[in-house]
Amino acid sequence: MRFTLRIWRQKNAQAPGHFETYEVDGISPDASFLEMLDVLNERLIKEGKDPVAFDHDCREGICGSCGLFINGRAHGPLPNITTCRLYMRHFEDGSTITVEPFRAKPFPVIKDLVVDRSALDRIIQKGGYISVNAGSAPDANAIPIPKPVADRAFDYATCIGCGACVAACKNASAMLFTAAKVAHLALLPQGQPERRQRVRRMVQQMDAEGFGHCSNTGACAVECPAKIPLTAIAQLQREFIRAHLTPDPYLR
Amino acid sequence: MAETLTIPAPVRTADLSWREGEPILNNRCPSGDLEKRWTRHKDSLRLVAPHNKRKLEIVVVGAGLAGASAAATLGELGYRVKVFVYHNSPRRAHSIAAQGGINAAKNYRNDGDSIWRLFYDTIKGGDFRARESNVYRLAEVSVQIIDHCVAQGVPFAREYGGYLDTRSFGGAQLMRTFYARGQTGQQLLLGAYAALQRQVELGNAQVFYNHEVLDIVVEDGRARGIIVRNLITGELHRVAAHAVVLATGGYGNAYYLSTNAKMSNATAIWRAYKRGAYFGNPSFVQIHPTCIPQSGEYQSKLTLMSESLRNDGRVWVPRTPGDKRHPNDIPESERWYYLEEWYPSYGNLVPRDIASRAAKKVCDMGYGVGPTGRAVYLDFSDAIRRLGREVIYQRYGNLFEMYEEITGESPWETPMRIYPAVHYTMGGLWVDYNLMTNIEGLYAIGEANFSDHGANRLGASALMQGLADGYFILPYTIGDYLATQLFVKLSTDTSAFAQAEKETRARITKLLDIQGKYTVDEFHRNLGKILWDYCGLARNASGLRQAYEQIRVLRERFWKEVKVPGTGAEFNQVLEKALRVADFLELGELMIIDAYHREESCGCHLREEYQTEEGEPLRNDKDYAYVAAWEWRGENEPPALHKEPLTFEFVKPTIRSYK
Repeated sequence: MRFTLRIWRQKNAQAPGHFETYEVDGISPDASFLEMLDVLNERLIKEGKDPVAFDHDCREGICGSCGLFINGRAHGPLPNITTCRLYMRHFEDGSTITVEPFRAKPFPVIKDLVVDRSALDRIIQKGGYISVNAGSAPDANAIPIPKPVADRAFDYATCIGCGACVAACKNASAMLFTAAKVAHLALLPQGQPERRQRVRRMVQQMDAEGFGHCSNTGACAVECPAKIPLTAIAQLQREFIRAHLTPDPYLR
Repeated sequence: MAETLTIPAPVRTADLSWREGEPILNNRCPSGDLEKRWTRHKDSLRLVAPHNKRKLEIVVVGAGLAGASAAATLGELGYRVKVFVYHNSPRRAHSIAAQGGINAAKNYRNDGDSIWRLFYDTIKGGDFRARESNVYRLAEVSVQIIDHCVAQGVPFAREYGGYLDTRSFGGAQLMRTFYARGQTGQQLLLGAYAALQRQVELGNAQVFYNHEVLDIVVEDGRARGIIVRNLITGELHRVAAHAVVLATGGYGNAYYLSTNAKMSNATAIWRAYKRGAYFGNPSFVQIHPTCIPQSGEYQSKLTLMSESLRNDGRVWVPRTPGDKRHPNDIPESERWYYLEEWYPSYGNLVPRDIASRAAKKVCDMGYGVGPTGRAVYLDFSDAIRRLGREVIYQRYGNLFEMYEEITGESPWETPMRIYPAVHYTMGGLWVDYNLMTNIEGLYAIGEANFSDHGANRLGASALMQGLADGYFILPYTIGDYLATQLFVKLSTDTSAFAQAEKETRARITKLLDIQGKYTVDEFHRNLGKILWDYCGLARNASGLRQAYEQIRVLRERFWKEVKVPGTGAEFNQVLEKALRVADFLELGELMIIDAYHREESCGCHLREEYQTEEGEPLRNDKDYAYVAAWEWRGENEPPALHKEPLTFEFVKPTIRSYK
């Protein structure tokens, strides 16, 4: 297969960026999008040019490292998939493909298609956990959790932290990311003691990082490779209101 | 058309050489009753008072299951922890990709499980090449891991009554594997990651993103810190610490194609080796039988498919070599169900190593299928006919979807194509019972050490070991050493730091100055092919001798002909890769030497010369019941072999029979 690639090139965070056009040919339809970029980079290196920088690691859709904005969509034209799981057979032979980094103010560009997503970790630092030290846990079966509850908590816990929700959102909101963690822990009995302060502090940090407010359009859930349902955001809103309007039984 | 890099077979091969070193007689394993050893050992370890813990700095390299759990726990104890990861977040380590589950001797099933049974299965699974004391301790703390992870909010699978579900796994006769759908590794890692983030928030831990460790600093036989490169700016930094913990995972990527993540590498443990740490059993590499095969030269990695598929799938190849017909057009009489033919009693359910080796054998004979001829069919049509689509969907639906997503072929219509792939390395840095290397103050945990799996790891045991080391073993044992370091003033202004930094800088400059004509990946692919062909599923002396010569030629050419664009003072992904491949090129040689020296077949290590008449592996307990711990003796010097004898006081080594 043959493609014309328009790729965003930017030397570093300070330098201005621009699109450059490359032709690639002889690409197998079974190559992944990242493998297609590998082929391009091998050629650029041999030609003495600077290869295109992009993030990647596990290449099986779970580490959350890769994230490209392809033809105007986070992780490309298919819904609910990571860039590494996108294969070239999904593109038309001979077509032009535009590749950009995930764009959001809290995700500064490091180089070319690589962005800094550490803002997401800082949201987790504000309470995306249960405060338990190793050694102090009771027997695992001491707290039964109904299967439907455990399954729902799992659905929210599968977030891979790629930031596609932010890139897909016109407000660059990190609501789906934040909500997934808040909802996961709010559902579990272990998560109750810190329930109210968790949502307060995580939302506060989300705002401080410069993420926008939820647009309510659901673009995030369409792109989310972990298929985090939009109900997570509804849960976050409920948790947020509850935390602000009702007294915290644990903080008297 | 640009030239391609190939390394021809050598005309002549010399014998491989190594030097016999002193045996290792003290591994700090306690003696006495097996079930009391860990408890008594813990009680005898020195302690550090809380107000003194605050004064002690610990560097943890890597934030996978082992690194993140250790860093979080050390932070909880009150130590000052600095974590270095080359990823852009500590949540991205490859532990995240583990699918199946985590073993624990909880006996929630009431099916007769016990710490003893988990211990025994692990020792036997490792083909009697692991320490009894270590493995018993692993089984013992497995129970606490599940408790702790549940308390963290890890959403393990549950039954309708609300209690934890378990399933059976890889050969075990008990259901002791806890799981979170097909994403157990992800959920456990996110638990450890969150615990670490809590310590960051509390000010006990700092995480340095995009920082890669390029050397370990050793002064007077003690680890004193590391040299790291900031991958964004290219700057080198010296970091001093009272102890250094390496949790950098395995080195399966030496083979280029593996189920490992692309950035997984051996640099930290290899640099530790070159500073004097012993490397244990480097040739012990697990090859998993059911992976999606390579589909072309461009392919960058291999994806694992759960081996549970072999419960209902039948493995076959066409009876005629090179038969290019569509598999559905090949009549039953022209299909060769080679596993069922060769192993009538086990059929398609032979153990991992046998299934992997058999697939290689039929492909070598020319029977392989698919575009590259390196694949066999795994066919579900019989099972679908017998059990119906619904049952098969319940069992394997998600795996069928994943396969179709990657290959574009539906296993409902066409047999899957599978091939073995490098998956896990049992070998790693040699450590004592305290998880300390032979360098004082330098620890190795998780897949980075050699310790608990012997010559073969059982399924669902990697997660168990990583978390056991990080949550419940290292936090105790490291105090014993740190208690002696209370009054040591840390400084990076020493000759050892200066020397390590200078050497690292020189290595980077040298790589950038070569400006040859071949890319790093071309060298890496060649190395991978050599290792895969001669130090993979089956090994023999002449093949290993040939591989040894080829790797030496390849390494020499790498340092003359590799092309690394850009500079060292910027974000340069090719430079990062070049530094990693340079180390794989050296490690590959040690793997070859280790495989060559071990003249027996055990676990993953099949030496073709040592098989029974029926083709079963032949272990040699008389001469090889030891851990091979290799010591670096300098450039162009043969390494020294230190043997740590393995004694079995509680289990009797038996022949693993598959008949």
